[in-house]
Amino acid sequence: MTGVLAPLPVLLPLLGAAAALLVGRHPHIQRALSLVVLAAVLAVSVVLLLTADADGAVSVAVGGWRVPLGIVLAVDRLSALMLVVASTVALGVLVFAVGQGNADGDEGTPVSIFHPTFLVLVAGVSNAFLAGDLFNLYVGFEILLMASYVLLTLGGTAPRIRGGITYVVVSLTSSLIFLAAIALIYAATGTVNMAQLAVRLGELPAGTQLLLHSLLLIAFCIKAAVFPLSAWLPDSYPTAPAPVTAVFAGLLTKVGVYAIIRTQTLLFPDGALDDVLLWAALATMLIGILGAVAQTDLRRILSFTLVSHIGYMVFGIALGTTAGLAGAIFYVAHHIAIQTTLFLVAGLIERQGGSTAVDRLGGLAGSAPVLAVLFFVPAMNLAGIPPLSGFIGKLGLLEAGVAVGTGPAYVLIAGGVLTSLLTLIAVARVWTRAFWRPAAQAPSEDTAAAAAAAAGPERAPASGTADESEPEPEPQPEPEPEPELIGAGASGVRRAARRAAWQRHTDVATAASAEGQPGERRGLPRVMVLTTGGMVALTVALTGIAGPLYGLADRAAADLRERTPYIESVFGPREVP
Amino acid sequence: MTPTVVLPVLIGGLYAAGVYLLLDRSLTRVLLGFLLLGNATNLLLLSAGGPSGGAPIVGISEPEEMNDPLPQALILTAIVITFGVAAFLLAMIHRSWRLVREEVVGTDEEDRRVAARKATDRDELDPDDLAPDDRPAAHADSLHAPGDGDAEPLADDVHLPRRRARR
Repeated sequence: MTGVLAPLPVLLPLLGAAAALLVGRHPHIQRALSLVVLAAVLAVSVVLLLTADADGAVSVAVGGWRVPLGIVLAVDRLSALMLVVASTVALGVLVFAVGQGNADGDEGTPVSIFHPTFLVLVAGVSNAFLAGDLFNLYVGFEILLMASYVLLTLGGTAPRIRGGITYVVVSLTSSLIFLAAIALIYAATGTVNMAQLAVRLGELPAGTQLLLHSLLLIAFCIKAAVFPLSAWLPDSYPTAPAPVTAVFAGLLTKVGVYAIIRTQTLLFPDGALDDVLLWAALATMLIGILGAVAQTDLRRILSFTLVSHIGYMVFGIALGTTAGLAGAIFYVAHHIAIQTTLFLVAGLIERQGGSTAVDRLGGLAGSAPVLAVLFFVPAMNLAGIPPLSGFIGKLGLLEAGVAVGTGPAYVLIAGGVLTSLLTLIAVARVWTRAFWRPAAQAPSEDTAAAAAAAAGPERAPASGTADESEPEPEPQPEPEPEPELIGAGASGVRRAARRAAWQRHTDVATAASAEGQPGERRGLPRVMVLTTGGMVALTVALTGIAGPLYGLADRAAADLRERTPYIESVFGPREVP
Repeated sequence: MTPTVVLPVLIGGLYAAGVYLLLDRSLTRVLLGFLLLGNATNLLLLSAGGPSGGAPIVGISEPEEMNDPLPQALILTAIVITFGVAAFLLAMIHRSWRLVREEVVGTDEEDRRVAARKATDRDELDPDDLAPDDRPAAHADSLHAPGDGDAEPLADDVHLPRRRARR
């Protein structure tokens, strides 16, 4: 039963993507197709989770090759749980995107590309969760990254290209490090099958182990955005369309966290780098959340909180105990749902208020009370206000830290509490400004224009209508050299040319960000509000089912720490080669 | 079988040159650096397969003399992936050039804006703590409208330069 079902979360979206490309001229069929495929993936994942929880881990040798030779897909409690959460979130985001597409008539986002790419992204995420060998994990990462490159630069506006280039180059670097690690691991052990590696890696000399371990961790920490390898994330995520940012924030970094969990439990269980991870977790939490407090754009605030809360998960993993791991797994499930929901709400706020710049927003609680509720509940959940699931997850992690009881663990506990408090400050600032203060107190476009005019005549704004008339300016001819440059050295000319180009870049970026500024307030379509409401209800429901979910996380963590369930599921209960 | 020094030297050289190019701000160099790094990693995978040997096809060479085929399969996959990503990166560089006539890694304007902000936002100040001149016009005790004193107006953000009027 499971043997038939296990490849489906990868196969269905891939086939669905191909079919969606074929029917690209019929948007209605395409939407229906993607929704059906993702619903099917969700159903399959739920069945997989139920069977994996009841009967233990299962593995499938794809293509019928003998086990260490062929590709293995392994389903244990952790991967099944991740699959369920991921496909739920993906389905919610897709419904939101469909609602947005219906409302906007698909301008700007070429929907015929969006749906197939989204399905490919889901296939990559599923493949990464199911992969039973390192190289297949690499391929899963590449599938999801390739899809994410396309989604992030959808429409190809200047800000998206700028953010996208950072993202692509950083992702490429981490992929290359991962691939080099695979090469070295193969050279050292002669296999890439994770179950076999779990046995053979332990027999290597300690120095070799440390090298391979740290290479893998560096690659995965870039993907998971663990400080100091996190700077790319707040730079590239906020520029994408709302549904894309939402699914990225929910899923992509968590795939990295999943890979870190596998590395720390299955491949290198001796915890040689736990201390390093512990301090990295502390730095991720604190520096991430301080960044969030400093920002004024809602999407960037959320991106920084995303980085910050990755620290909680790494904290749980680095404790190296079953309780810590269980807390981390629960927190991953909670955080996928909550972060996606918040980014969807940010998309709604942008539509309602015309901007995500918190300084420009005001009075939303009066003008859109539903939106206020939709923001308030997940925001409080993110900050960890009892009795919501964020509180339960943080409490579990802090208890696990107390149980370990070493000095660094107590420092981390203090850091975690402080981060929770600062998160509350960050979201409360958004609340008081965007929702609570009267709209009259928000700096209006007039005062902004006056301030710009006061700053200098050359910075006087063009009228708002001129901004919107040209969403994609053609490259302008090189400007005539300014008088003071004549006779300057070659380097001066080059610098001036650069400055001029930078100025144009800024202008384009400003024009693009000005697209959504007051004047373009679009209403809230019912589908989008309902979807977001459904996601908020889901995050609240996580609190209701927190008991069973935490129990599941506990069992998954126990499996991971024991390691034999996974290894035996791949090789069978007989002697492991 | 004597170990060959060619592969390690080649791999090291490619990695060094690749990292150097990747650190440049020009995107074309970044692309070239990425290609070099990809090739270096593929060579690393190749050398992970152990000493050279015969083609791993039954009937052509003896099983003892065969080279390890798995790294070669991995390399083929990696080459395809690298090729696809390089094509995408090239397309992005072209797009960047079309848009802004620059093919360098761009500046994050929002970062600059945040860095240029004042430490205290306007709505966080208690008007009673300010000198009377600085109080906002709506405040009960204010004597003047804001901005007519010498003090800089307390902005709660720094506005980006606007588009210049189009020529």
